[in-house]
Amino acid sequence: MVLIINRSLWFVPTLVGLMIITFTISHIIPADPVAFFAGENATNEQIEELRARYGFDKPLHIQLINYLIGVTQGDLGVSIYTQRPISEDLLSRLPATMELTFMAVLLSTVVGIPLGVIAAVYRNTMFDHVLRVITVSGLAIASFWLAILFQLLFAMELQITPLQGRIDGWGPEVITGFFLIDSIIAGDFDSFMNAAAHLVLPTLTLAFPAMATIMRFTRAGVLDAINSNYVLYEQAMGFPSRIIIWKYVLRNALIGTVTQIGLVFGILIAGTVVVEAVYDWPGLGLYAVEAILNSDYNAIMGFTLITGAFFIIINLIVDIIQGVIDPRN
Amino acid sequence: MILGLIIVAIAAPVLAPYPDDVTEFHPAERLMGPGVQHFFGTDRMGSDIFSRMLFGARITITIAVIAIGVSVLIGVPIGLLAGYYRNWVSDALMRVSDIFLAVPQIILAIAIAQTLGASIENVILALSATYWPFWARLVYAETRSALNEAYVEASIALGAKPLRVMVMHVLPNISSSIIVRTTIGMGGTILTAAALGFLGLGPPAPSPEWGRTIAESREFLPEAWWYATAPGIAIFLVVMGFNLLGDGLRDVLDPRTRRSASD
Repeated sequence: MVLIINRSLWFVPTLVGLMIITFTISHIIPADPVAFFAGENATNEQIEELRARYGFDKPLHIQLINYLIGVTQGDLGVSIYTQRPISEDLLSRLPATMELTFMAVLLSTVVGIPLGVIAAVYRNTMFDHVLRVITVSGLAIASFWLAILFQLLFAMELQITPLQGRIDGWGPEVITGFFLIDSIIAGDFDSFMNAAAHLVLPTLTLAFPAMATIMRFTRAGVLDAINSNYVLYEQAMGFPSRIIIWKYVLRNALIGTVTQIGLVFGILIAGTVVVEAVYDWPGLGLYAVEAILNSDYNAIMGFTLITGAFFIIINLIVDIIQGVIDPRN
Repeated sequence: MILGLIIVAIAAPVLAPYPDDVTEFHPAERLMGPGVQHFFGTDRMGSDIFSRMLFGARITITIAVIAIGVSVLIGVPIGLLAGYYRNWVSDALMRVSDIFLAVPQIILAIAIAQTLGASIENVILALSATYWPFWARLVYAETRSALNEAYVEASIALGAKPLRVMVMHVLPNISSSIIVRTTIGMGGTILTAAALGFLGLGPPAPSPEWGRTIAESREFLPEAWWYATAPGIAIFLVVMGFNLLGDGLRDVLDPRTRRSASD
């Protein structure tokens, strides 16, 4: 309990610190975003007017305080490029990224954990070696390159998956923003299949490094557990090894894997930026890439802040879960 | 593999069949497939991809070595100081590094590289600014546990100055962890640097940086399938090389933390 309160108390200061860092980064720049946005033909008065409208005319520390106050009210500023509030932009992009990330988490755990267990049980066999090659590759491959390879093979050569995008046409009526769920609600089977087909390649690309990480930690955890005394005891008692492994060993081994969820989410968040860029997936990552191309500093700051907050929350939850599973620390 | 990379990077001008192709264009030989004349084909400017790849190795090595070097130079002293002293300054230092670690590295690196503008120097700066906390955290934890060791207590009891204790006694004993972390960090840094290049935040055209080359190739798919292949494999092999070297070093240097994962 003390741990939970202690951790939660750090949440706000960490977030404020993150805000100050992103603010500093985006305001110590030599380039002038307003002049850039106003264009080459803008008069000085026009530039001054824009500067006043976006609050760039005030001293830096006042700008920072204004920004912090705005953030507490859910106001991340206005995108210089889309002319819309950044919080609205981010919110409308969120479901696409969440749908993709959720599928990737699902795939990487459902595949990664059993494969990790099997690799540990059959360690140093051919099967283990093959799996090790996959884990080592998963951690070394650049996901944007993997994405292009997938596109080349499955979308362009074999033509069994769509090349990019989230759906053909407008998609189902937006209720939750998750196309898979929305199309089920609408009873639209074609849209569902279409959205699912569009999900395949981005999910595979995003899940690959995460799966490699999960497999690696599961294997290590299972190996540690297999060598412990209680397993020896259960074996001596004549329990079938299938039950020992999948019931007793796995439960203990997964504690180690749970602590790595934060790491896995880090991989996934970083992955969405490049994966969405390649597959033209209209989520937060693509929004960030567009903001980069348009020198939209407010939008980049908003994106950094939101992903940072999300990541901090995930790590907070992991810490709490860890405290519950393993109260010794 | 790593040695190979370094040799290739240094000897790029000698090894490259068309060393001038980094900047020279040959529109007539545009987008030629792999063959005897051009091992890995030619790109949109008609330049030899193999030659450009060799020069790309130089950029990658420069970025990774300097960025990691700076990160180590910032992170290790901070970790040592924060680990040795127990006061509000050390708490504050660790909190700051926690904030940096609270965001995935590539996100902060994107924000920094974007505001500073696309160039090799700025990629290095962005990566150093985002990667130093890894070493600060590691050294902090290792220093704290080293302070409980008898040899450190003995030297403090004998009246050794804090600086002497840190540099002469603590640092040598935690160096193996630092070396392992640095090796594995090289792989991660190269991946992030390539991703920045791919997003257009790396050194600008006509730089032969690997990530940028892969981004350029996308326009010409699926016809020019060879365009992205060579730089992609290069990134893959180099990162894998550093990761495997790191795992190997850990087993050799640091048997205490040997993981079952690597048995």
